[in-house]
Order: sequence, then C-alpha cells, then structure tokens
Amino acid sequence: MRASDLKTYAKNTWCPGCGNFAIELAARQAFVELMEEGKLKIENLVVLSGIGCHAKMSDYLRANSFYSLHGRVVAPATGVKLANPELTVVGFAGDGDAYGEGLEHLVFAAKRNVGISMIIHDNGVYGLTTGQFTPTSPPGFQGKSTPRGSPEDPMNPIALMLSSGATFVARAFSGNLQHLKGMIREAITHRGFSIVDVLQPCVTFRNTWDFFSKRVYDLQERGHDASNWNEAMERAREWDYGGGAGEIPIGIFYRAERPTFEDRVLRGRRPRELPMPELEKVLKGHV
Amino acid sequence: MEEFSILIGGQAGDGIKQAGNAIARVFNRLGYWIFVYEDYPSLIRGGHNFAMVRASSERIASHRDGIDALVALNQEAVDRHSWRLGEDSVVIFDSDTAKAEGLGIPMSGIVKRRGLPAILRNAIALGALAAVLGIGLDVVEDAIRAAVDKRVEENLEAAREGYGIANGSPWAAEGRRVERVPGGPRPLLTGNEALALGLARGGMKIYAAYPMTPTSALLHYIAAHEDELGAIAIHPESEIAVIGIAQGAAYAGIRSAVGTSGGGFSLMVEHISLAGQAEIPTVIVLGQRLDPATGAPTYTKQGNLFFAMFAGHGEFPRAVLAPGDANEAFHLAAEAMNLAWRFQIPVIILSDKHLSESTFSFHFDISRAATEPPKLWDGAGEYRRYAQTEDGISPLAFPGGGAVVKANSYEHDEFGITTEDADLIAKAQDKRLRKAKALEEYVNGKEMVSVEGDPEGKIALLFWGSTKGAAAEVAERIGARAIQPLCLMPLPKRELEERLEGAERVVGIEGNSRGQFCGWLRCHGIQVDGVVLKYDGRPFAADELEERVRRSLR
Ligand SMILES: Cc1ncc(C[n+]2csc(CCOP(=O)(O)OP(=O)(O)O)c2C)c(N)n1
Ligand code: SF4
Ligand SMILES: [Mg+2]
Repeated sequence: MRASDLKTYAKNTWCPGCGNFAIELAARQAFVELMEEGKLKIENLVVLSGIGCHAKMSDYLRANSFYSLHGRVVAPATGVKLANPELTVVGFAGDGDAYGEGLEHLVFAAKRNVGISMIIHDNGVYGLTTGQFTPTSPPGFQGKSTPRGSPEDPMNPIALMLSSGATFVARAFSGNLQHLKGMIREAITHRGFSIVDVLQPCVTFRNTWDFFSKRVYDLQERGHDASNWNEAMERAREWDYGGGAGEIPIGIFYRAERPTFEDRVLRGRRPRELPMPELEKVLKGHV
Repeated sequence: MEEFSILIGGQAGDGIKQAGNAIARVFNRLGYWIFVYEDYPSLIRGGHNFAMVRASSERIASHRDGIDALVALNQEAVDRHSWRLGEDSVVIFDSDTAKAEGLGIPMSGIVKRRGLPAILRNAIALGALAAVLGIGLDVVEDAIRAAVDKRVEENLEAAREGYGIANGSPWAAEGRRVERVPGGPRPLLTGNEALALGLARGGMKIYAAYPMTPTSALLHYIAAHEDELGAIAIHPESEIAVIGIAQGAAYAGIRSAVGTSGGGFSLMVEHISLAGQAEIPTVIVLGQRLDPATGAPTYTKQGNLFFAMFAGHGEFPRAVLAPGDANEAFHLAAEAMNLAWRFQIPVIILSDKHLSESTFSFHFDISRAATEPPKLWDGAGEYRRYAQTEDGISPLAFPGGGAVVKANSYEHDEFGITTEDADLIAKAQDKRLRKAKALEEYVNGKEMVSVEGDPEGKIALLFWGSTKGAAAEVAERIGARAIQPLCLMPLPKRELEERLEGAERVVGIEGNSRGQFCGWLRCHGIQVDGVVLKYDGRPFAADELEERVRRSLR
C-alpha cells in the first residue's frame, strides 16, 4: 500500500500553504510504514476528529473515522478503545478543540492513560471560524474577537499534559515532515495515552512558518532524557507559547510506562465477548 | 382484599431505607404484593426520612396516604404522620425519644444496654411490628438474613428483643394477624434495578454515568453486578464525556447506555443531535426530579417530557419511552436498546425519582424480552455507512471488520464524506424522514399502550410514567379505564385512539404543572376534558389521587 491509497475522493479545501497538509501527509506515511512493519492493520485504524480546519482529516483519510463535535474527540475515542482495545485509535484535534472547548476530556485521558493518540493541529488560532485567539495564541494576538490584542497569556499544553499524567508527550512542527512523521509513529506505537502538539502554521490567520522555522530544535539531537519527568518539565518551560526570541524544542519530552485505562477497566474482558446476563440468578437475590 | 400500609420514619442515618426493605421482604414472604415509597431529603445526616411499605393480596404499585401502622424512631415522625392514622391504626415508637399513644419501647436504651449500634433501633422496631401484626418471628429472621449483609447476628438479636417486648404487650393481644396469602414471593425491584436488568437483557455491554439522583443507584447497581449482568460500568469526568464514550463504543459496535437526570441531560444535548446526524445508537435513561436547575434533588416530577422530546438541534427521529413500574422499566429498557440499534437513533427512557427509587413486586415474564439483531452489512460491494435504503435504515458495519466505516456529524454523502451539495443535503434529510416514518410504523405495530381498569369504562384516565401505580388503582376503584402510552414519541396514535374510543370523559393525570403530555396529545388532535396535576415533589398517593379525580369529575 502507498500513502496515496489512504486518500478519499473528498476535495481538499485547505488554503494553499496551510500547515495541515504536512500533518495529513505525515499521518498517511506513518500509517503505511507501520502497516508495512506489521505494527498496524488498516482495518483496525480508527481516526477521530473534532470540528475545525484540522478536522477535515476524517474526510481526507480513507480509514474508519468518527467526525465528531467541536471539542469532543477524546471521549468518543475513549469509548472506541474500551469497546475494542484491538483498535488503533488516533484523534486529530485543533487547539481550540482540544485545549478550549474540550480541555477536560484531554486532562482526564492523560490521567487515565487511555490508549489513544492525540495529534493536535496547534495553529494558535480558530481557523474555521476565521481567526479568533485560542488557548495557545500569544499575548496580544489580534484576532477578530480581540482586535485590541488577546488579554490572556497562553497555556502551555506540554506542561499541562505532563502534570496530568500523560505517558507520551511530544511536540512537532509542520515544517519538519520527517520529524513530524516520526512523532506520529512514536505516538501510535506508544502503549497508553500519547499526545503530539504539532506547531501548525495557518497561512491565512496566523502565519508562523518563519517564526517556527527559525526557532525549533530537536530535543533528541541534544540528548534530552525523555524518561526524566523533571527534565521534561524544564524543557517544556523553555518556551511559553509567547512571542520571544528563544529556541523552541520539538521532539519527545517525556515517555513512560503505566497500566492503561482499558487494561484496568476491562481486566482482560472484551465487551464483545461478555456473557449474556444471568437474570434468573439476579432475581433470586431480590426475593 | 387484605392490605397493610406501614410507615417507618426517623432521621437520615437511622436506617429507614433498610428497615423499609426488611418490612417489604417480610410481607413478600407471606405472599403479598409490595410497593415501597421512600421519602428523604438531599442530605446525609439529620432531616426527616420515611419509607412507606404497602402490602396487598391484590396487585398494587402505589402507596396510600392512610396507614395501618406508624413506626416512629423520633418525635418528628409522630408529629408529621399522625394525620395518616385511622381508628384501628397502631403506633410503635421509641419511648426514649418520642411521646405518642401506642406501643412505646425504649429502643435507644436497649441498644445502649446491649452495646449495639444505634442504627439497630430499626431492627427492634421491625421485631415489634411483626409481633403486633401477628407475624411469626421466623419470617422476620428470614427476611433480615436476606436484606442485611452486615451485622446479621446483631440485627437478629435486636429484632428478637423487639419482638419479645411487643409480644408481651396488650398491643399484641388485639388479635391482628397478617395471614399468608396465595402467591409469591416475588422479586422486589426498584425501578432503577429493573432498568439495569432490562438494559442488560437488551444487550448493553457498557454503561457510563456521572452520579446524579435519581439514577445514581442505577450506576451503583450495574457496577456492583457487572459479572451477573455481563456489562461494564464506568464513571467518567462529566455527562458530556459519559455520552461521548457511549457513542464511541456504539460506533465500534458495542451496545452502550447512559443514565442521568435533567442537569446532566442538559449537558448531553449536543450529543443527542450527533446521534441523530451520525446515526449512532444512543440510549439515555433520564431520571427526572424536581427542577428547574438543582431543584429538590430527591423529590419527583414529570417535568422533562418536552425537554426529552425536543432536546437537540435539528430534525431527526428519536424515541421517548416512559415506563410506569418495574415490569415496564425492564421491558422498555430492553426495548430501548433494540429500538436504538434497529433504527440507529437516540432513545430516551423517561424515569423519575418515583419510578427509579420506589420498590415494586416484579412479575414480568423475562423471556418476552431479548437482544434483537440490528440490520447488518452483508459484506457485498463497497461499504457505505449511510447507504440510501427504502426505510432509511443503512446496514451497520464496525471498524475492525474490513469495511471503511465513516461516521460524520456534518451532513454527508452515503459514504460518510461531508457535503454541502443541495441535492445531497435534501436526500440525506429525506432519508432521516423515511427512518422516522419507519419508526412510527414500527411503534404503532407494537403494543405500546397499556390498559388497566375497565377497558370499556365511560371515564378514561390518561397518564404516563410513574403515575401509573396510583392512576391504575383509581381506575380500578371507580370503574374507569386506565390508559397509558408506553412510547410517547413517536406517539402510538392509532392504538391510543382505539383504546380511547367510546370514552365519554378523558381525564389527564400528570406530575407537572402544565400538563405537558396533554399538550402533546392536543398536537395529535386528541383532547382531554380535564387534568389533575401535582408538582410539589411528591408523587400521587392512590387515595389522594382518587379524591382528586372524583372532584374533577363533579
Ligand atoms: C459547540 C460549538 N461551538 C462552536 C462551534 C464553531 N466552531 C467551529 S470550528 C471552531 C474553532 C476551530 O478552532 P480549532 O479547534 O483551533 O480548529 P482549526 O480550525 O484552527 O483547525 C469553532 C469555534 C462549533 N462547531 N461547535
Ligand atoms: S484557515 Fe488556516 S488552518 Fe484553516 S485551512 Fe486555511 S490556513 Fe489552514
Ligand atoms: Mg486552531
């Protein structure tokens, strides 16, 4: 199978030059590589997406998909995984989607270590609703709802996910396709909850190609120890999602092993194979 | 007809619920039909709690305001409930904490002397009640063993002491004797328990809920009985997560259900619309309680009918089912699972505090309910999740089975790809409308209207949900027909009109302030001649309702 076999007939409507193209291509390439290596079965892949420019992934990928509501990728993804833990569950969400409207679900997915991968198309803007500030927009960002500049400081999703108990936390950049593909692969093959915050330029409402190209560096190339939570937190705080001049790390911040939610809830059971209820027996206890 | 109504009252923390349960089990062992109403405030300690146990040789499913015995663990119970007493009624009370006319037993002193926990006053009272009613100690002991799982011996000891004291008193010598009646014992189920069994019978494998009265006990029950029910209970971070998880599971081919009350249902509303658009089988138990907002959490109301029927933006089919007792709760819960999967729609089961938390004698033939298979893809050609069909129902396939299954909250083509094409949009809506039609026909072809009382009676009492117990009993007593649609949306109009044919006067009975169901009937051209409404958080008692119905007929 080739990466192009994973495309549907849906017409692509992203703006030319949008950072989403790289994420979509990297995802297809990662899927194909994993299939070839026997690490993924295409019929077992389920992608989910929220609502926003990013969410068109569901239309564009020729795979099982659940095109959900705005902010509601994580909960259905959790349901899919619980229903059938043999499935490979990958959620694609926007920064507004995952860090705004549906933040609570993300925190809990990390806390539970549910076996899903979340790829966040973090463009620091609401793209589809034509340019308002999001939880990761820099202070002073002039969006349509904040013409005098965002009155808030951005949140740091890497630090948030580390604090929430995520067992795989990474950052990637649309401008570095090979690295991005690698991060998606690592996220998918990780056992438990994984998240990749992808710095995704939105050419129309927040063009960050230049900004990020000049600043990103690869954590792994500099020998970061991803098994050390404190170090991960330190690296996470190197950039606060603001404007400054400093460097911006990409790569794997943290990776750990912990029992997964589905392991702990299902205890080896498979919902499909649960026995029919023993009602007669239950009713006897009620006399 | 032999019947007894007993009220046991005290403070929260006095073990009133457990005592009510034990009294119910005593009468159940003697062959009686049981109904238990529980009344308690939304707090953990203090406040007034009471349970009303009604036992009858005839089938009943309601309580009466009047009582034959009052068991009072404190003065408040005496003061609040003495109006319920009749001439022959008896009062058994803790003479250390209350004054009353009747059989006083120093229960607080006894537990102290014996070194028993204070809560076991309830067992002393139970023993005394049995002695006064002429019930054998063996029946009480048996019931305690079945009802209690902790401190069984101490419970038995306390009950024996109460029994002994009462037996030697003039109150026992009055010759009251609860006779064994034919039949029984029957399983005693709360509405919540019956819903759990019905959902499991309908194939539910995952139940998700966030605690909220009056359906918390449904979550607790399923969690405690996962193995017997063949289902898994989970408690996520919010009702939005609850329904999202359930829908993810359903998309993956696993039958799921959720339960909540009005507040949590409000949070789920966007996902109801998603169920409509993406055609995801979604079963929701909506246990109504007194609202708006937080309302009075432990009190009942039938106020969410319109909300259940219209929650969710857009035009899409749904079913709203309304069981009135434990039998129907079981039956309709299984039916809800099957309807949701047959039509790939949201199905809402309307319960309320009164149904969910009251206890009933269960006598439904469980073999009448089963998990029915949905329409599945035959594997031929390329799978289209939203294939156009005559009845609007597209065959299902699930991820992992080889088909590419695309669920979509956007308007979509047959494959499940987003579309804004005018023609495809209209076609997709037509498909949902055909499905609505198929659902309506299906519901009309099932028996979805319950009739009790005299089916030919000139007066028809028309009601829904938990009002059933009281209303059916009133109909029986005044020679009216009791007519109760089990499916409120779509309305089984044909069947309903047949049942109403020849009725000269139709009285609507509802536990809300605006007669929502009567309004819904008017939308279908069905008129009621009068309404009896109640919205003080308390359910209709059978005798109270009879009085109100008679007044409305004058
Ligand atoms: C409940 C709800 N609120 C608002 C919207 C409108 N809406 C659609 S997309 C979107 C924001 C998208 O931003 P983001 O998640 O960052 O995705 P992007 O378009 O940037 O990829 C909003 C607010 C919606 N669809 N649903
Ligand atoms: S608006 Fe921005 S995020 Fe959306 S497609 Fe265009 S460039 Fe990409
Ligand atoms: Mg965005």
